[in-house]
Amino acid sequence: MNREKVAFAFFIVLALTVNFGFFIGDIDNPEHHNVFEFFAALVVSLIATVLKLGDRTHIGAVLLATSLVADLQLVTAAFVWGYAEHISGTGMTPSVMSSVVSLSAGALLANLTSVILLMVETILLRR
Amino acid sequence: MNHILVMAIRRLRKPLITLIVVYALSILGLVLIPGMDDQGQPWRMDFFHAFYFVSFMGSTIGFGEVPYPFTDAQRMWTLVCIYATVISWLYGIGKMLTLFQDQAFIRQMNRFSFIRNVRRIQEPFYLVCGYGITGQLVVKHLVERGIRVVVVDIDRNRIDALESSPLPMSIHGLWADASEPAVLHDAGLINPHCLAVLALTNKDSANLAIAITTKLLAKKQKLPVICRSESDITTANLASFGTDRIIDPFVTYADYLAMALHSPYKHLIYDWLTNPEHRSLKSAYQKTQGRWIICGYGRFGRALHRSFEGKPVSLTLIDSYPQPEGLEIDFVRGLGTEAVTLKQARIDGAVGLVAGTDNDANNLSIIMTALELNPKLMTVARQNDSNNAAVFEAANTDLVMDPARIIANHILSPLKTPLVPAFLQLLRKQEEVWARSLLNRMSELVGANELDSWDFGIDAQDAAAVLEDLQEGDAIRLADIIRDPGDRGRKLAALVLMLKRDNNCMLLPEPDELLLPGDRILFCGKPEAHREMRWTLSNANVLDYVLGKPMQSGWLVRKLASWSRPVEVTALPSSSSDEVPLVPLDPDTNHESDGRNRG
Repeated sequence: MNREKVAFAFFIVLALTVNFGFFIGDIDNPEHHNVFEFFAALVVSLIATVLKLGDRTHIGAVLLATSLVADLQLVTAAFVWGYAEHISGTGMTPSVMSSVVSLSAGALLANLTSVILLMVETILLRR
Repeated sequence: MNHILVMAIRRLRKPLITLIVVYALSILGLVLIPGMDDQGQPWRMDFFHAFYFVSFMGSTIGFGEVPYPFTDAQRMWTLVCIYATVISWLYGIGKMLTLFQDQAFIRQMNRFSFIRNVRRIQEPFYLVCGYGITGQLVVKHLVERGIRVVVVDIDRNRIDALESSPLPMSIHGLWADASEPAVLHDAGLINPHCLAVLALTNKDSANLAIAITTKLLAKKQKLPVICRSESDITTANLASFGTDRIIDPFVTYADYLAMALHSPYKHLIYDWLTNPEHRSLKSAYQKTQGRWIICGYGRFGRALHRSFEGKPVSLTLIDSYPQPEGLEIDFVRGLGTEAVTLKQARIDGAVGLVAGTDNDANNLSIIMTALELNPKLMTVARQNDSNNAAVFEAANTDLVMDPARIIANHILSPLKTPLVPAFLQLLRKQEEVWARSLLNRMSELVGANELDSWDFGIDAQDAAAVLEDLQEGDAIRLADIIRDPGDRGRKLAALVLMLKRDNNCMLLPEPDELLLPGDRILFCGKPEAHREMRWTLSNANVLDYVLGKPMQSGWLVRKLASWSRPVEVTALPSSSSDEVPLVPLDPDTNHESDGRNRG
């Protein structure tokens, strides 16, 4: 067992699961989407990105790309959230919530791709 | 670049993750810990403010407690956060700094900038492997002649010395093992501008590896390899796969010495053409027939023995090892540094002595002792270390064998004048009388001054004006181009040595010989004569004067003349050859070079 591989797979899968946890629920209902879950999703996604840095294989490059997409989506969502809460003064409205959730849904897809690639790589790995 | 980045990012992975985790925990703590607003109401920080606060706290900017003064619980957590973030930043920055000081990383960076610099070279260059004493001599002469050089050496100090050397041109140097194919590749082996590879390291195995790599990787370009070798096995090995020039300093010097002793005039011609500083005519050694003593039967001694075979000399060998079996020769066991051994080798009756051991102090001691016993002795010393040049000069030996200089001269003279080796080969077959008369003519030309040698082809590059006149059907004789462009009645101080036409070499061709396009001609003479001749060869007006034709002027003057005399406008087609060098005359060569660039 390789400890590095465990940590690697752990964070990639965790990024997907946490993101999914935030995403699930009515799209425009703020009650269904916890800000702490969103924070966790963002942090785990960033850690997963750093773990994928510096891999020279082709599949490593694609994994890094999917992670960067997820980061971009989540950071944008965080900006939207922060803008609505503190700058525009409108507060959390259903329309803002739905755009935050749809952005996180995009990140979810990217994370899903990541996990699929990880599985493909694992299956293709010859002993 | 790519793998430098990968290397840097890999090293920075841990600090980055530490930073992310510390920031996340700090933010989370601040959000979770209850606070109080300015009215004393319970209040919780949100993520936005927490991130803002941690950002300026972590970077130690410190705007204070915003938006409301903190409670004691928040302050306690902030304390933890301050130390955690500062430490993780220090850790990250420290890692980055170590990375930039890391030898492996610096080497990678240097390698990368070296590759980029070599790729940018847009003119012909030589790839020199090994920047020892020989390499330094060769590089110095090449650079002084304005030729670009790329250097690879395994010793870091030498590459550092290269960067701080006062050479007039910047030289790209790489500290790496040239026997690795990847290193040679990075140093421009398959660069279309690479002219040749010079393998000059002091290890035969490395030279062998360089030669074979070049022959295999640069197969398409047929890149020439000039290789140094110090043993017969390596020489045979190198020759087996077609190394273009193999220089064994011991064999070369043994041949040179044998020639000096047995055909002194041929030897002097050879010496004048290959050495920049040549010896005077009087130094031809006359009394060299008789018995010679050779101290040291190593690589040099063996090469000498072979070169002296069949010559009217007898040999006495002195070596500290026992006499090799099957060697039928006068042999004395000993070092040769003591008078006893030398007396045993009957030094009184000998005409010459070669101190050829691999130890400079011993060689000097042998020479001193021998001269005490027999002051008339002719002495030859082998100098192993170039730093000892002053001592050897002071020892008053007749000849000094310095391997570095020999190799450098043998590499440089053919690079400068490609016809010289062919001429020297033909020279060996000539009679000594012939050599003596040639030497007298050479001596009349230059006296005690430096003798320059040069060659050129009747082609668009070297002799554009001559080529054009020949293509127009003019007849130009060898004697014509030796005329002085300042006064055509006089001759330049130059002597034609050889003319090469379709792989046939003519020694000392007649002055009436007609030139043909594609000929290559070898001259020797004063350096000034060389310059003047280049002028004749490339400038059509000068050539016309030398040939005794009426003056043709440039385009503008002719235009003006045609305006003042409009009747003569229908003159000959413009043949102003001032423009000729700009227009490639031979379309084939042009295409070829294009193709190489693309490849």
